[in-house]
Amino acid sequence: MTSLTQPFLSVDALHKAFVLHGQDGMTLEVMRDLHLTLSPGECLVLSGPSGIGKSTLLKMLHGSYRVTGGTLRLHFEDGELSLGDLPAHAWHTLRRDVIGYVSQFLRVIPRVPAVEVVMEPLLARGVDTADARVRAETLLARLNLPERLWRLPPGTFSGGEQQRVNIARGFIAEHPLLLLDEPTASLDAANREVVIELIHEAKARGAALLGIFHDEEVRDRVADRLLPLTPHMGAALEAAPSAGKEGVS
Amino acid sequence: MKRPDLNRATLLEARGVSRLYGPGKGCESIDVRLHRGEVLGIVGESGSGKSTLLRLLSGMERPDAGQVIYRPAVAQGRDTVGREGELDLYAIGEARRRALLRMEWGLVHQNPRDGLRLGVSAGANIGERLMALGERHYSQIRAVGQDWMSRVELDSRRIDDAPQTFSGGMQQRLQIARTLVTRPNLVFMDEPTGGLDVSVQARLLDMLRTLVRELGLSVILVTHDLAVARLLSHRLMVMRRGQVVEAGLTDQILDDPQHAYTQLLVSSVLTP
Amino acid sequence: MSRSAATASGYNFAYLDEQTKRMIRRGLLKAVAIPGYQVPFGGREMPMPYGWGTGGMQLTASVLGQDDVLKVIDQGADDTTNAVSIRAFFERVAGVATTTATAEADVIQTRHRIPEQPLRRGQLLVFQVPIPEPLRFIEPSEEETRLMHALEEYGVMHVKLYEDIARHGHIATTYAYPVKVDGRYVTDPSPIPKFDNPKLHMAEGLMLFGAGREKRLYAIPPYTRVESLDFEDHPFEVQQWEAPCEICGARDTFLDEVITDDRGGRMFVCSDTDYCQSRVEEVA
Repeated sequence: MTSLTQPFLSVDALHKAFVLHGQDGMTLEVMRDLHLTLSPGECLVLSGPSGIGKSTLLKMLHGSYRVTGGTLRLHFEDGELSLGDLPAHAWHTLRRDVIGYVSQFLRVIPRVPAVEVVMEPLLARGVDTADARVRAETLLARLNLPERLWRLPPGTFSGGEQQRVNIARGFIAEHPLLLLDEPTASLDAANREVVIELIHEAKARGAALLGIFHDEEVRDRVADRLLPLTPHMGAALEAAPSAGKEGVS
Repeated sequence: MKRPDLNRATLLEARGVSRLYGPGKGCESIDVRLHRGEVLGIVGESGSGKSTLLRLLSGMERPDAGQVIYRPAVAQGRDTVGREGELDLYAIGEARRRALLRMEWGLVHQNPRDGLRLGVSAGANIGERLMALGERHYSQIRAVGQDWMSRVELDSRRIDDAPQTFSGGMQQRLQIARTLVTRPNLVFMDEPTGGLDVSVQARLLDMLRTLVRELGLSVILVTHDLAVARLLSHRLMVMRRGQVVEAGLTDQILDDPQHAYTQLLVSSVLTP
Repeated sequence: MSRSAATASGYNFAYLDEQTKRMIRRGLLKAVAIPGYQVPFGGREMPMPYGWGTGGMQLTASVLGQDDVLKVIDQGADDTTNAVSIRAFFERVAGVATTTATAEADVIQTRHRIPEQPLRRGQLLVFQVPIPEPLRFIEPSEEETRLMHALEEYGVMHVKLYEDIARHGHIATTYAYPVKVDGRYVTDPSPIPKFDNPKLHMAEGLMLFGAGREKRLYAIPPYTRVESLDFEDHPFEVQQWEAPCEICGARDTFLDEVITDDRGGRMFVCSDTDYCQSRVEEVA
């Protein structure tokens, strides 16, 4: 197992700006000179007011947003990989095997039953359908999604139910790097507990987690460190230790 | 953890293909690369040149300039010349090109009536490619036909019914079954959900997603519908006036478009 | 055998001019060289409407020699209108000897049958063909069907047979049953009953096919492999009858149903009248 002192992810001088061609080419600078490192088994929580660029950072790490400047690197045993200049098709494999993402909202695929939405990341890796189904059902059960909903498409589910489908889908494939964008936002206390457990389990198996949590209680229970983002510069500071926890750096 | 192998073999490559019917009409000097197991969406408004590009890539229309290179997994036949089993689509003979289209590739037309034989039953439609490949066992052909009807969610008891008795959505599913029955290496789809009702579209899209994954299909998909592109494609190419204005990962193109035209296109979509 | 006394004057031998015959013979040579391949030819107007065998007649006229003996049959019979007219035509314009005896004939023009008695070496069988293109039913474009032949894209032929089985439980095509000639060209054998298809295979005589309206000719040379298309689990089969011919008692011939009265009376007799007759004479 890679030691905790060696980061799995490192971000240096990250810069992100949007150019809005519809607004006479106005440039919207949302992040500048952001640095962070993240080790296996560690959970780093991004903090700061909304609109500060927390989700933007996750989306850059997931390849959904382009990187304007700076570097994003993953450190593997046999060398590092720079994410900023990868050809598009490289992300197919990267997302399947390395970088998982639990978004704030479930992008509903019409007509696909909830259990199959959850199975999909495993099926993409070629896992046998029956195995994938068992694992998906186990997760949905843990997240207290009523069994009668498993075979229904999540389009008509409540926000909380959709979120749980989304969480199951994000955690099922046990990616080494997990990006969590407010996974507990619309959950009740009992299900928040389950998500906290899932995060602890992921850390225990060595996954590196980078998350956004507005719920302070959850944040304090899962975060090893906090990374506060500040206006216009993203996080100028390297992570400060989170309250009541020893920072690992 | 070891560095994952991010390379994927290229299945189809176009180098500088052009076909112009007039200034800005058609497509001009376009490079395309499709990797194995990938769904590449080509989006753009009508007249952007996306359908012309599809015709050039699929062997239906010879480009004025440029090459289309197909790299089959296994080198096959005497026409497979050149490096690493490359097949230059417009340098090989017409016989080989047609055989390729018939045996190894598939084409799903927007209008199912263009892709189906309306005079013969659903089963005969699905079985045709099998018979063209030399399958000569009636019961087996029929069994495969029934299996495929269920796969595309058609009632397999209707295997002897004529396609005219099917609805538009059913005809489209029949066309897809007919095309995929031989498990082609490469499938071209031209607005596959184009003429269908919204409710029927959703069902078809879901079915296509499943088939793409289960069969490991490589697909080039032409659509003007960004929602369809998002659901089905891994990568997107945005075309305008015969040129590619932007290309990249699907969610990158749709969530963080760089080019002015792409931004306009994405922001013009109505999201309910 | 009979030789007509009244040969019409003012016509070239066998009606067609020598240049036309030459042109058709060149086409026939090509057809023989590429068994089953449809060769276009410059069809001429014949003094008969299309559909009455003008294609076969032009071929017959081109291959007929002065000493040849001609037999003409229609549905196996020598005495039906079409056969009688064509025979009379060649008697008048060529003055050749004619016969009804299969064995005695050098050239046999036929509509819809192959004689029961196997062709011998040197004999020519000329078929009248209404539609020469076996792919037409599924692909109306001539340009496309020619390309399909060139590229051996014959999957659609089995689509038709598949459709037959799906609809009728068996291959219901009973005439003009498609064949593959010499392992290469899919060919329409003209509307002969499929009962006659096996006679195409490795025949000793030369078989020529002429389509007048469409101006196409093709050939199956002697000793050529001719396979009827089928499925492994629905193999090609010929028609069978429960009873023998009621005239000659033959059990291995193609039978016609003949209505004998107004009260539903019927009998089954050989369609090949000459064959039937000769069997009756043998017995007698």
